[in-house]
Amino acid sequence: MKVYADNAATTKMSKAAIEAMTDCLDNCYGNPSGFYSLAQRAKERVESARREIAEVINAEPREIIFTSGGSEADNQAILTAANIGKSKGKMHIITSAFEHHAVLHTIKKLEKSGFSVTYLPVHENGIVSPEELEQAITEQTCFVSIMSANNEIGTIQPISEIGAICKKHGVIFHTDAVQAVGHLNIDVKSQNIDMLSASAHKFHGPKGVGFLYVRKGIRVSTLIEGGAQEKGKRAGTENVAGIVSMAAALKESVKNMEKDNAHMREIRDYLIKGLSEIEHSALNGDAKCRLAGNLNFSFEGIEGESILILLDQKGICASSGSACTSGALDPSHVLLAIGRVHDVAHGSLRLTVGEDITKEQADYIIDNVKNIVAHLRSFSPVWRDLKEGKRQYILP
Amino acid sequence: MALYSEKVMEHFLNPKNVGIIENADGVGEVGNARCGDIMKMYLKIEDDTIKDVKFETFGCASAIASSSMATEMIKGKPVSEAMTLTNKAVAEALDGLPAHKMHCSVLAEEAIKKALEDYDNKKENKK
Repeated sequence: MKVYADNAATTKMSKAAIEAMTDCLDNCYGNPSGFYSLAQRAKERVESARREIAEVINAEPREIIFTSGGSEADNQAILTAANIGKSKGKMHIITSAFEHHAVLHTIKKLEKSGFSVTYLPVHENGIVSPEELEQAITEQTCFVSIMSANNEIGTIQPISEIGAICKKHGVIFHTDAVQAVGHLNIDVKSQNIDMLSASAHKFHGPKGVGFLYVRKGIRVSTLIEGGAQEKGKRAGTENVAGIVSMAAALKESVKNMEKDNAHMREIRDYLIKGLSEIEHSALNGDAKCRLAGNLNFSFEGIEGESILILLDQKGICASSGSACTSGALDPSHVLLAIGRVHDVAHGSLRLTVGEDITKEQADYIIDNVKNIVAHLRSFSPVWRDLKEGKRQYILP
Repeated sequence: MALYSEKVMEHFLNPKNVGIIENADGVGEVGNARCGDIMKMYLKIEDDTIKDVKFETFGCASAIASSSMATEMIKGKPVSEAMTLTNKAVAEALDGLPAHKMHCSVLAEEAIKKALEDYDNKKENKK
């Protein structure tokens, strides 16, 4: 059996997205900046994609900037907000401890250049507290960047509350919505979102394309200089096929969202129940307030990379927050931020199921994870010490 | 999987010499759970020869494969020869390890050396 359970890493392109892309490559290869009809057709397709995408998040078409993906959108949003802050002499940023590295590393760079940064705690449930956010805002605060949903543990953040607080205090609010767009309802107007980043390949679109929403009235800083594409906000010939395909993927995802989420939620909860039977394991992040397809467990006494390779042998694709899987020395900053100690953060497993997941596949996952955990524990010196009482259990 | 050589996968999927030895003549444990790797080696030594060796490892695939390979390389060998086992030799026997996984072979070498030291200490105490 094959099970693709790494949809937070990337998704399989939908038929609609592939068709839109190939049709565009075949029939619309003109440069949108050209003056002949072939070029103008390409331009029209880009603009029609912009309208469709804007509509999904209740933005205006001119508020959408096409980018190479979520990371570029995050970088541009943060640079934009920081430059506005600097021009007003406001040099304080608020973010959370478990943002994606596209946000964290960009903000770290600003910190080195003189900004001060508050990293809000995300607590054991993996959710930012709006009260703590409001308390952290000062006269000096120029912007807040909080992700819509976490990429590792799937916890959904109180975006509407945060948006309202930022509006009240006149602070720019950016949200990295890479994991949320196409999976959760988003309304930038009613949620008071000033900037939002998204990436096509997280909602069955192609890789290498995404978008940044910037509320009108905010002066955008550029990352890439060159031609006048995207109204001078992002130079470079448009990725026409990618943009058109992204819009097709998003329309499709949004159309089926309620139904797909209900199904995934059911399977997710079934998986959580099944994996919870493993002794000395724990679900990471809030059990309910999380993306419909996400579950993330820590297993005591074993290491994550070993689990992944054994799962791969069984045809199951998953990921882990262990240090070994990232080539870093420390395990996932997300798991550390929710208070998991190193020892059990290394033994983590993230499964992010898609719309097509079946009950049979879920049973197959549960059986294999149980067997693999038992196998790895059978020769783990840490597990032996725990069993023999020479070491204290961390997970109940 | 291109991440690891076939040899690493072979030793990870079917590790040799897994387990413990009761009343071992030498035991060595290295690494820590915080870093995500712990290796523990058990030696049975007779006439200055390694009659049996077992290991337990908490860690990634390359840590488990390195333990398995290292135990195979010293099994049946004189203690003097086991003392000279290097991490490089372990990695080479596995047809190489990714650069950021070389420390796994270092742990294997250190675990064996520590177990042999323990054996020496126990021998001294008996005298």
